This record gives sequence, C-alpha cells and structure tokens, in this order.
Amino acid sequence: MAKADILGESLWDAYSNKVTTLMNNPQHQGEITPEEAESHGNKLIVADFGAESCGDAVRLYWEIDPKTDKIVNSKFKSFGCGTAIASSDVMTELCIGKTVQEAVKITNIDVELALRDDPETPAVPPQKMHCSVMAYDVIKKAASLYLGVDEGSFEEEIIVCECARVSLGTIQEVIKLNDLKTVEEITDYTKAGGFCKSCIKPGGHEDREWYLVDILEQTRKEMDEEKMKAAADAMAAGGGKFEEMTLVQQIKAVDAVIDENVRQFLIMDGGNMEIIDIKKNDDYIDIYIRYLGACDGCASSATGTLYAIESTLKEKLSDKIRVLPV
Amino acid sequence: MQVYLDNNATTMCDPQVVEVMQPFFSELYGNPNSLHKFGTASHPALSKAIDQVYKGINASDKDDIVFTSCATESNNWVLQSVYNDYIKHGKMNHIVTTEVEHPSVLSTCRWLEDQGVKVTYLPVNDQGVVEAHTVKSFITDKTALVSIMWASNETGMINPIKEIGEICKEKGVLFHSDAVQAVGKIPVDLQDVHVDFISFSAHKFHGPKGVGALYIKDSQPLTPLLHGGEQMGGRRSGTLNVPFIVGMGKAVELATTDLEKTMASIREKRDRLEDELLKLSDTFVVGDRENRTPNTILISIRGVEGEGMLWDLNNGQIGASTGSACASADLEANTVMLAIGADNELAHTGIRLSLSRFTTDEEIDYTISHFKEAVARLRMISSSFAKVAPTPGGEAGECHIPHHMAH
Repeated sequence: MAKADILGESLWDAYSNKVTTLMNNPQHQGEITPEEAESHGNKLIVADFGAESCGDAVRLYWEIDPKTDKIVNSKFKSFGCGTAIASSDVMTELCIGKTVQEAVKITNIDVELALRDDPETPAVPPQKMHCSVMAYDVIKKAASLYLGVDEGSFEEEIIVCECARVSLGTIQEVIKLNDLKTVEEITDYTKAGGFCKSCIKPGGHEDREWYLVDILEQTRKEMDEEKMKAAADAMAAGGGKFEEMTLVQQIKAVDAVIDENVRQFLIMDGGNMEIIDIKKNDDYIDIYIRYLGACDGCASSATGTLYAIESTLKEKLSDKIRVLPV
Repeated sequence: MQVYLDNNATTMCDPQVVEVMQPFFSELYGNPNSLHKFGTASHPALSKAIDQVYKGINASDKDDIVFTSCATESNNWVLQSVYNDYIKHGKMNHIVTTEVEHPSVLSTCRWLEDQGVKVTYLPVNDQGVVEAHTVKSFITDKTALVSIMWASNETGMINPIKEIGEICKEKGVLFHSDAVQAVGKIPVDLQDVHVDFISFSAHKFHGPKGVGALYIKDSQPLTPLLHGGEQMGGRRSGTLNVPFIVGMGKAVELATTDLEKTMASIREKRDRLEDELLKLSDTFVVGDRENRTPNTILISIRGVEGEGMLWDLNNGQIGASTGSACASADLEANTVMLAIGADNELAHTGIRLSLSRFTTDEEIDYTISHFKEAVARLRMISSSFAKVAPTPGGEAGECHIPHHMAH
C-alpha cells in the first residue's frame, strides 16, 4: 500500500467513455428468433455462458449463412454490471461479418482493446477484466455448437489466467527461467493473477482447474528435483561441480573416486580408509579421512599415500581439496 | 433532483449539529484536560453532550459511555479486550456471534480465531434474524462473550436483543451488541434491555463522521484498547474530540426526541416506496416490516444485477447500495443474501434503499419512477428474461458460490 491506495480508486471513474456509453446504450442488445433466421435461409445459434448465481450471465445469438459460415447478424442478452453489458455489446459487434472460424480467434483481450478510448489506457480496472472473459467463452461455445466440435478443441494450450490469457506453459517457463519464488513475482512477470484474482488460489470469484499457488509449488518442486538430478548426473559423468554439491553428494563423489582409483591399492597392502567428514574451510574443502588396517600407522600414510589420495581427488573433483588424516 | 437513499452507510450531518460544533474549532479550542480556563471552557458543552448521550440510550449514571473514534473502534475494543481479559489468561475460549455481523466484528473474530479463540458464527433465519434459542443452545461454560448486532445494516432486521440479553444474564456470559443501526433509528432503552456493551456511531444518525461510543454497563473492567493519557477516566486515551463529542450529543438528542413520531413519518415513506416497488413482478423484500428498522428496504429484483442497477440509479441521481459485487475477488459480500437462504441466483440482485428523516415525499415519488424505469431497461437487456432458448447443448451450468462463513 502507498499514497495512491489510501483512498482507493473509484471503480466507475476508471471505466473508459466507451464502456459508459455502451452500458447506457448497448447497440446489439436483443434477440434473434429462429423464424427470423430461417426466413433468411440462415442458421441460428444461441449459446449461454455464466449464470445469475455467478453474478454474471450472457446469451449470444448468431445468425449464420450456412454456405459461407459467415455471421451475418449477432445479438446478446446479459445479466451483469456495466462492464459485462458493454463487453457483450462489443463482442457482438466484433463477431458480425466474420466467419465462425474467424470469430473463434476473438479473445477477451480483443474485447477489452475494443472498449478502450485510446490504445494506451485500459478500458476497465483490473478487477473488471473478468467481465470480458465471458465474451470469449461464449463465442467458443457458440462456435462449438455450430461446428459440432468440442469447445476444448479451440484452445491450443491450457489457460490458467483467463483475464490476461496466460498459459500454463508460460507460467512454468517464467518460474524456471527467472527462479520465481512467489505468486506476486509471477503476476509481475506475466500479469497472471493481476485482474480478477480467481486463478491465484481456490475460493475466488470462480472455481479454476489450475491455481498459481499450486503451479508455483509444483514447478519449484520440479526445479529442485531437476537440480538434484543434474547434480547426480554430473557426478555420475564425473563432471559435476564439487563445490556446489550437497554434503551427501560430496561424500558419494569422494567415495566414488576413492573406490575407482585408490582403495584397491590400499586393500592390496592389507589396509583401507574411510571418510570421516568434509568441511568447507575458507578457500579449501577439507576432507577428513581415517586409515584402517595396515595403513594405520604406516610410514607413507602421512606422505606418499596421502599425497596420492589428495592429488587424485584434486584432479578428479576439485583443486581446492585438502586431505587430512585424523 | 438528486436523492440520497444510502443512509445506512452514512447520513447528512444535521445543520443544527454543525451549528453546536462550530464554536469548538477556533473559539473554544482548549484541551478539556488542561487546568486553565481555556481547557475548562468546553466543560459545560461536554457535560451536556454526555447527558444527551446517556439520555438517548437511557443509560444509568453507574454505567460508562466512552467516546471513541467510530463504532469499528468500539467493536474492536470489546472483542480484543474480552479476549485479553477473559480468554488469553483465563479458562474461557469461546465467542458466539452471527454470520451477518459488520466486518469490524467478523474480521476481528477471524483474527481472534488466529489467536486460538473458538468462534461460533450463528446462522440467521429466512427473516435475516438470529433466533434467541439458537444463541442459547450455543453458549457453553467456556463462552466468554456473545456479540450480536442490534439491527442489520443490510436488511434492517432487528434481532431479539432483549431475549438474548436475558439468556446471557442467566448464563453469566458477557453480551455485546453492535447497535450502530439501532441507536437513533429505533428505541434503545438500556434500562429495559440487559447488555454489557453496545457500540454506536454518530454519523449514522446525522452526527459527524469520526466519533462513536462504547457503552459499558456498571463501569465494569475492560482493558483499554488505546493506552496513553488518562482521558475519560483512563478508559480511552487521546485528546477528547471536543467538537465531535458535542455534535454527537446534539445528534443523539435530535434523533431520539419524539423518536416514535419520526419513526412513523420515515416508515410511512418507506412503506409507500416498498409497496410501489413490490408492484414490479419477480421482486421480494427481505424481512417482515414490523420487525425492521423503519428506514430500510433490501429488495431483490430478479434478472437485474445489483451493480448494474446501482449504475442506472446513479445515472438518475439516486444513491443506493448493493450487498453484491459482479466480479469482486471474493463473494463474501453476498453473505447476507445467502445467509437468509435466498436462492443463489438472487444473491446478486439485492438493492438496499435506506431513508432518513430528511427524505421527502417528492424524493420518494422521483425514486419510484426512476427505479421502475431502470428495472424496465435492465430487464430488457437481461438474459434472465430472454425468450429464445439456447441451442441444445448451449445451456450454461449453475454456479457454485463459495460460502466462506460456514464454520
């Protein structure tokens, strides 16, 4: 919160003149009857979206020339606030003259843009963006009825935030690329969740299939798993960055190198060694080891053998390694 | 003409109230807690205001009425301090309230839940009223406080405060009532009704905004919310807001003198408006008139979304309000309509009209005519009244409204 939020915005004052004008005098409000469509030799499609119990509902009427699939006339009926009525009106206008296949490409963003007085200023305040989404949904529904296909077939990707039309893929990608840790950061990067807020978490204006909180949690989990896997892979390939490994990974890596290059010679001499601890010590990584069997007390355990172990680990893992027998 | 019918939100400050406040800005500006004559100069007016407020709610001289900044402060004070005094360090752990309280009670209760307090949010019946036997059945030996509004801001419905007061007295449980919509609108007689605390606010009865009060029966203990100086007997610190307290006194007096007569006059206009609006088809008003504050109507108009209706009324220079929101982040604003058991589809069609003693017959006539025009226009646009049915498969499903209050 800051100075601008102390009084809060006046909702209706944030509407564009177009929204106000169309709410007061919608141009395409009304119905098209089956008889009317039939008399022109056209097909009538009527689709509903939303419900009074949700707070907004729209019914869209398309009169379609079956030879060309062209929407020759369109009307609407709406139960809703000013922006719902104005959005429906503009949506209807955008449909007229288009083919059904073209109309399906109209999104809520097109509807909102068409309501702007100037291209730079939003037509409605953020919490009212949702009203234009209904326009997009009802068009898809009408088109699915006419074309006899499933509504889902028009959507190429999963849309998480309908107001800003942000897909699941985009959200997952920005979280990963920018290492985002909060929902607020996702909103800053993508605008998702910045409008009606339904997609942030359950319990908002409407139920959603995907919520930002869950996507964030799941993606962060995947990122962690990927990181672990990458470290494990790198280690297995021998190319992992030793300094960045976790302690367990470091121990495993050291063990692997010892197993492959050192231990067999110690065993041949009737001895062995174990790793006691690994500690970061300023610029060094100190690996504490203990000699076992014949190695314990052996003369070269503090000189030649120790040098061999240390130089092998340095070569294979990191030149910051120091080996300290205890 | 412009018509203000949102008097449950706030009221016009009566010019007579403004007049008595006037000297206490630039003439008699001393701090009443100072010893010098500049300070004591305001004492006669403050004493008078205190008398007016005590008389207005028929409080006893043994009781305290402490001036606060608003009823939100008074409500917070009672809830937070009962928690502090009886729950935090005591053996109680429970508060009883209703689903339809003002946010200053509900939000504070939710905060108290975070502190570990158990809160029961009682339902209301189809009249929007909480029933006394319901209250009784939820009081346990761990209940520290019952907090129930005297009258509803949304519906105007009046709760059985006297009966609930008797139950609380019998059970030995503290009883608080948010009386913001009652004081100055209907008789509030604290010799007749048993309550431990009531909150009220001047701007709801033609006094200034920014001054309220908390009534504390028998001057019983309640830890202060605001610590500081020793104003008002140490119960509420902060320099006395002299002009506003003087104004509140005058406002209570004006509102409660000849209250029955004022109520009858407001009610006559309200009933006429209500009767006319109910002539519209598919409408209903929440709650029985006999048990409602005489100034309030909450009407549902099928097929007309509340905010859309407010828009058209505003275009006609009429200020009203709605409990619903077309696309708010959450739908809790519909709580009252849902709590009274209205169908989901009506939860977005409520319009509240609230009159005052300044509302005129001409304003009522004007409102009736504009209201009907607005309903006609919006129903013409409304999908609810469309005749051509959707293409088979084109129907929309019902909506599930999350009803967060159910605990």
